[in-house]
Amino acid sequence: MPDCNDTLRELELFLDHELSESARLEIHGHLEGCPDCLQAFDFHAELRTVIAAKCRNDEMPPGLMRKIANCFGPDFAEDGLATDHDTPESS
Amino acid sequence: MADRADFPEQAMQYAPQLYSAAMRLTRNSADAEDLVQDTYLRAWRSYETFQQGTNLRAWLYRILTNNFINKYRAKQRRPDETGMDNIEDLYLYKRLSTLDSALGNRSAEDTMFEMFTDDEVKQALEDLPENFRIPVLLADVEGFAYKEIAEMLDIPVGTVMSRLHRGRKGMHKLLYDFASERGLVSNAARSSSSGASSDTTTEPEHA
Repeated sequence: MPDCNDTLRELELFLDHELSESARLEIHGHLEGCPDCLQAFDFHAELRTVIAAKCRNDEMPPGLMRKIANCFGPDFAEDGLATDHDTPESS
Repeated sequence: MADRADFPEQAMQYAPQLYSAAMRLTRNSADAEDLVQDTYLRAWRSYETFQQGTNLRAWLYRILTNNFINKYRAKQRRPDETGMDNIEDLYLYKRLSTLDSALGNRSAEDTMFEMFTDDEVKQALEDLPENFRIPVLLADVEGFAYKEIAEMLDIPVGTVMSRLHRGRKGMHKLLYDFASERGLVSNAARSSSSGASSDTTTEPEHA
């Protein structure tokens, strides 16, 4: 069973879902019996939720979707690849 | 082989999140708009090389980040990476956990959600040097796995991990500084942490 130091060392890997299943279970086992470590893990999990929520809420400028859609036309197919939307190959 | 005619329908749903990511990368809306547009143009042109059944979202983010690195890296001032390594582990937690309990039994998430404004959190991420900002963005905001980030940036997984570790600490320190500036951190909490950031004599409540 990992001690507090072992557990805190794995905090990031645990929250990143990058631990092996056996290692994850060991950390989980420690957290069940250790309120101090659990508090630290909870704090960082919540912090990550807050950071993700606040960093991905930008509003797209009006018109950007249309500008993007304009890219999907023959005018931009400068690499010479086929753009034959009207003559779909049988698939 | 992916049929290019399917691309708009498959890919347009990711435009809002790609735009937010582009904002964190370029730090201004004009460049972010250009970056997203250019990303879609490149993706559409090379869509035949996309392997059906693999992750389209990850493929688009790979194009976005590489596009950004190639186009903007030269333009940006040399990032200051000094000081990133002098931040102790659990920096923010050690300083805010006392505050958290002082605020009573509100959930930690509510407290933290209100403690930092959207602009502060964005700023803390955007202030990180690019080498750290991109992995933190891809992992903590976009939820990509180490292996996916390593492939996108063409760096080893171990490098992804160390940049995430250092980048997160740097971001947490910036967040603490914001909270501190606005007086959200009590004097007691602040004075207990006023020493050098690598000070180990203020080992906190964690036994």
